Parts: sequence; C-alpha cells; structure tokens
Amino acid sequence: MTATAQQQTGTTVMTNVEAVRTTLHDALVRDDRVLIMGEDVGARGNVFLITKGFLEEFGAERIIDTPLAEASIVGVAIGMAMEGLRPIAEIQFADFIYPAFNQIVGEAAKTRYRSNGDYTCPLVIRTPYGGGVRGALSHSVSIEALFYHVPGLTIVAPSTPADIKGLLNAAIECPDPVLFLEHKKTYRSVKGEVPAGYYTIPIGKADVKKAGTDATVVSYGYNLHQALDAANRLESEGISVEVVDLRSIRPMDKTTILESVRKTRKLLIIHEDNKFGGIGAEISAMVAEEALFDLDAPVRRLAGPDVPAMGYAAPLEDEFMTSTDEMVEAMRELAKF
Amino acid sequence: MVQGIDSMAKTTATRGRELDRAGLSDEQLVAMLRNMLLQRQLDNRGFQLNRQGKIPFALGSEGHEAVQSGAAMAFKRGADALVPYYRDLGLALGVGMTPFEILSSLFARVTDRSMGRQFPNHYTNHDLGVLSISSIIAAHCTHAVGVAAAFKYRGESGRAVICSNGEGATSQGEWHESVNYAAVHGLPIVFLVQNNEWAISTPQDMQMKVANVADKAPGYGLPGVVTDGFSPIATYKTMSEALERARTGGGPTIVEAKCYRFLSHSTDDDDRTYRSREVIEERRKLDPVPRFEQVLIEAGVIDEARAKQLKQEVLRETNEATDSAEAQPYPAPETLYTNVVAGDHRPWQEFES
Repeated sequence: MTATAQQQTGTTVMTNVEAVRTTLHDALVRDDRVLIMGEDVGARGNVFLITKGFLEEFGAERIIDTPLAEASIVGVAIGMAMEGLRPIAEIQFADFIYPAFNQIVGEAAKTRYRSNGDYTCPLVIRTPYGGGVRGALSHSVSIEALFYHVPGLTIVAPSTPADIKGLLNAAIECPDPVLFLEHKKTYRSVKGEVPAGYYTIPIGKADVKKAGTDATVVSYGYNLHQALDAANRLESEGISVEVVDLRSIRPMDKTTILESVRKTRKLLIIHEDNKFGGIGAEISAMVAEEALFDLDAPVRRLAGPDVPAMGYAAPLEDEFMTSTDEMVEAMRELAKF
Repeated sequence: MVQGIDSMAKTTATRGRELDRAGLSDEQLVAMLRNMLLQRQLDNRGFQLNRQGKIPFALGSEGHEAVQSGAAMAFKRGADALVPYYRDLGLALGVGMTPFEILSSLFARVTDRSMGRQFPNHYTNHDLGVLSISSIIAAHCTHAVGVAAAFKYRGESGRAVICSNGEGATSQGEWHESVNYAAVHGLPIVFLVQNNEWAISTPQDMQMKVANVADKAPGYGLPGVVTDGFSPIATYKTMSEALERARTGGGPTIVEAKCYRFLSHSTDDDDRTYRSREVIEERRKLDPVPRFEQVLIEAGVIDEARAKQLKQEVLRETNEATDSAEAQPYPAPETLYTNVVAGDHRPWQEFES
C-alpha cells in the first residue's frame, strides 16, 4: 500500500505485522529524514518481511543493511539522530539487544540530559520480543524490565494494529529515544481495524480494552489478548473483568490504572517478562502508595517464572508462558475474593 | 616498521631553519603555537585548582598539545564535526571553544554548557559541531560514524568528521565496529588515534600485539597513517590530507599520532605506581611545546620577544577565565530535574479523565 493509494477515510483490517510495515512505509514517504537500518532489512526485507520491497522503493541510502553488530546499529543511529536525522534502528530479535545495552542506556537515554539539551537523540529502536513461537533461549525474551529502570528512555509495547500505527507514529515524532517493542507471537495472529490516514496515540496513555466491574487486569503484549479471551470466557459465569492495555511502559498511565482499580477494587497484573522486578512490581507499588484502602483483595501478579529463559522443547516453553486457563483461574479467584 | 616518536622527533628538530610548513602561513603557525601554550597553561591550571581544593577533578592533556593543535588547524569550522574524547583540550580550543567554557566546566558552574552536569573535559558545543560524549571508552566512535553517515546521506560533500580517541580505545569492540561500518559505507570520517602509550596504567603492548594502531587499517580495507604527534606541522599535514580525502568522497582514514602522556591519567591517579620517572624524563626532553616555540624562532616566524608575549597572553587569558568562571554560581538544585526528556518529565502520566 502506498500513501497515495491509501484511503484517507474508513478503516482497513490488517495484522500487527502489516501495521508495522504500513506505518514504516508511510513514515518513509512522509519524511526524508527517516531511515531504516539494521540486519537484513534491505534485500531480505527483514526476517519477518516487514521491510520487503522497501529497498527497491526507497534505495540503499534509506534502507541500510548494516554490518552484523548491534552496538553500532544503535550507536550509528544515535549519531545520525544527534545530527538531525530520524533513524529507525532495528534489532532483529530483542534477545540480540544486549550488545547495544550501553548505547541505549549509557548514551541514547543520556544525550539530552548530559548536554543539558544542547544535543538530543530522536531515535526509534524497534525490536520483536516475546515467546510462544518456539524461539528458545535467544529468540523469546522480554526485555522491557531491563530498560524501564532508565530515565530518559521511552518504552512502548502496543498489542493491536491500530495501537501499533498510532504509537509508532508517535515514536517517530518523539524528540527522544523510544524503544518500540513488538510481540512477535502477535505479528500474524492478531488482526484488527486500523483507521486510515495519519494519526498518533499519546505515549504514556493506557487503553481500557474491555470494561468490567469485578476485577481489573493490567497487561500488554501477547498476554493482553489472552487476558481478553479469559475475561470474555468469564462473562458466561457472570464475572465482569476490566482489561487495561498498558500500551506504554515508560511512562505509564497512572490515571487509567487507578480509575479502574478504584472501580473494581481488585487488581491482577499479567506480563510475560519475569515477575521479580518486573513491570508488575512498579504497578503494585504505585497502587499500594495511591490506593491501598480502595482495594478489597491483595494485588496479584501472573508473570514469567524466575528462570533465565524459556526452553526450546514445547513443554518448557508452555511451562514458562502463562496459559489462558491460568488467567481464567486467577481472575475467577480474584473476583470471588 | 614505522619509526617511533623518538626518531621522528629528532628528524623534525634537526630540520630547524628549513621548516617544512606544509603550506601553513605565519599566522597559522603562530595560532598553533598559541593553542599549544594555552593548552599547557589550562592543563596546569586544572591541576593547581584541584590541589587547592577548588575543583574535585581534572584531566591533563600534557604531551598531546602538538597533535591536537595540528589536527584542529585541519578542521574546517562551520563544516566539519568533532567527536572528541576526554583528553582533547587542544582540539576543543582549536575548533573554537574558549578558556571560559573550559574553566566553567572545571568549576561546574552554571555557565558550563552542560550546566555543571558533565565531568570536566566532556565537552559539548552544538554550534561548533562538538558532540557531547560520555566517559565510556569508544562509545562515541559509533556516534561519529552516524554524523558522517548523515553528512553523506544529505549529500553534504565538503564536510567530514574527526573521531578522536586514545590507543586504549582501539581495544574496544565499538571502535572496531565504528571503523568497519565507516569503511563499508565509505563515510567522510577520520579516526584520529592519539597514541600516548598509556591507558591509565596499561601500556600499549598490553592493548595490542601490533606495533602501530595504524597497522590495523588494512584489516578494514582502509589507509592507516602514522604521524609524529609531537609535531603540530606533521599532524596538520596528515590530518589535512585525510580530511580532504574524506570531504571529497575518498572515505575514512585511520591516523595514528604518536605522542606521550606526561602527567598521571587524572588528578586521582598516581602514575608512580606503574611507570618509571626515567622514561618520562626522557620523553620530556622532546616536549613539543618548547620545541615548537624553538622551531618557529629558528625559522624566523617569531622572535624571542613575541614568544614571551604569547606566553604572557595565554597566562592572562587563563587567569581571567579562572576568575570569571569561579565567580559564576553553581547550577540551582532544581535544574537536576530538567532536560531528562523534552517537556515535563514524569514516569507516571496523569490525564484528565
């Protein structure tokens, strides 16, 4: 789809991966400061075919196959951003981001701060994360908790095609570095309506994906879709669960979480990343600080176990991932508490 | 095998009256000497202020004056970019930063561009094209490559980047990644490696097996040049050629300037714990600052009186910058919270519902 061919009204149904692709494409058409760089983004068109055809359409100057070295993918993009371009750097799998850790945490996140605004770093780093695709130890990790500790970074993790488009546009507009997380299990398994034309969704704003009254679930990524399935199943039992899609991990939306928790008086946080020190820990602490006496039950968390990673064998992956049945069970228990 | 600084230094010193000025005018030669004298003065001032208890920390660039004044003279102001490391006082001065900026940084005053955030010698000056850096060795090299990539992408020929670091930095993966990336993409950049033989307490032969950093260049398909980092003219010549090649689409060059670190790594270091006084004294005999002064006198570019006058000028300039920087206020505590991200920074967002 080209920008000129795109309808300016109405919606199109597309998958998450198509939403990423369309939004990147439109950004390249819209702004010649935008470049895409990473491993195999050119002739191969990215390992998920997100950038397929981009090389032919936009040229090797804008769709850059980099040497196989993550620290410099991010580092070179930082230099481009400091010099006024709007690079979109891709880390092929989130697991491969560790060699670039210093560039993201020590450099990109501190550029504006250390120069007191003399230099800025308007950079987007996109990366597919998460399990459920038999990716084993090094193609399955969630990395958000490693980075959300870092002031100066912005982290978004949208779960639906419409949110991906709005938040990726917002990330490209953002004058500071953004880590853009795409759950690879949702790439082709999640479809949805996407509004035509250019729009952004404010970074830091959560979205109530399903309204409910008996308990609040806060989640994001692939788990969000499981949580919606679980909540829908519980409707037949007369249990009404509200599902909040966090969408942004740094900053996070205090207002939406507190409003929901004060209404349902119960909170379950679900994420795939490890439980200890994870996103749920910060949400729990915030709710304890702000709304402890509004709660009718202890805060619950369903999250990844305290092991280094999920295994390649199906039982090891399944054991790591929270199942929809487990979510149903936890929601039911919480609602009845 | 490439000759070391000892033999090269002697060659240059004995050249004497038949000065090979590499096309530099008298005015430019004097500006280079002045830069070197100012570096020496500011360096000493940093250490003095630290010993007086007035500033917490200083880094010395003594021994790097020649390479930096030469490289800075090859820098095209308003076009080129400088991505320095933390021992680049002379480069910073040479591309247009002022002693007041340097002293404001040492005193961590409000007039420092980072508003007292950065460690001394971690310059930033967007107007002059001096990139902000961290202390993490060689991380900045990737940024230098990004700036060069932006120049090339926008078709801005006539612009190049100086990426500067010491020989220790060439052990880092990011230095390798940077050089490799720039080579593959043919970017307008010169990797200036100031080889002062020491990375804090670790000598060159514990960093690499090769005799010269420049010997690594063929591995990247790049030209590598060793130059006499005790001679500002030699460095100017090498850097001018490399930068001009970069500006005109000829791609990157690795320039290794052999110099020496006369002082401890910083005011917090004591080099008596790891290197002998004798070697330093030997190197001091080749001190590029008095030597270049002598070269210009012998060549008739300046006379003794002018040399004395230059030294008085830089002393006065340093004194004035010291006094005016010291008189500035510290940044207010509440500035700690600004410029984290654009606008109001809050990890928890609140919305009108």
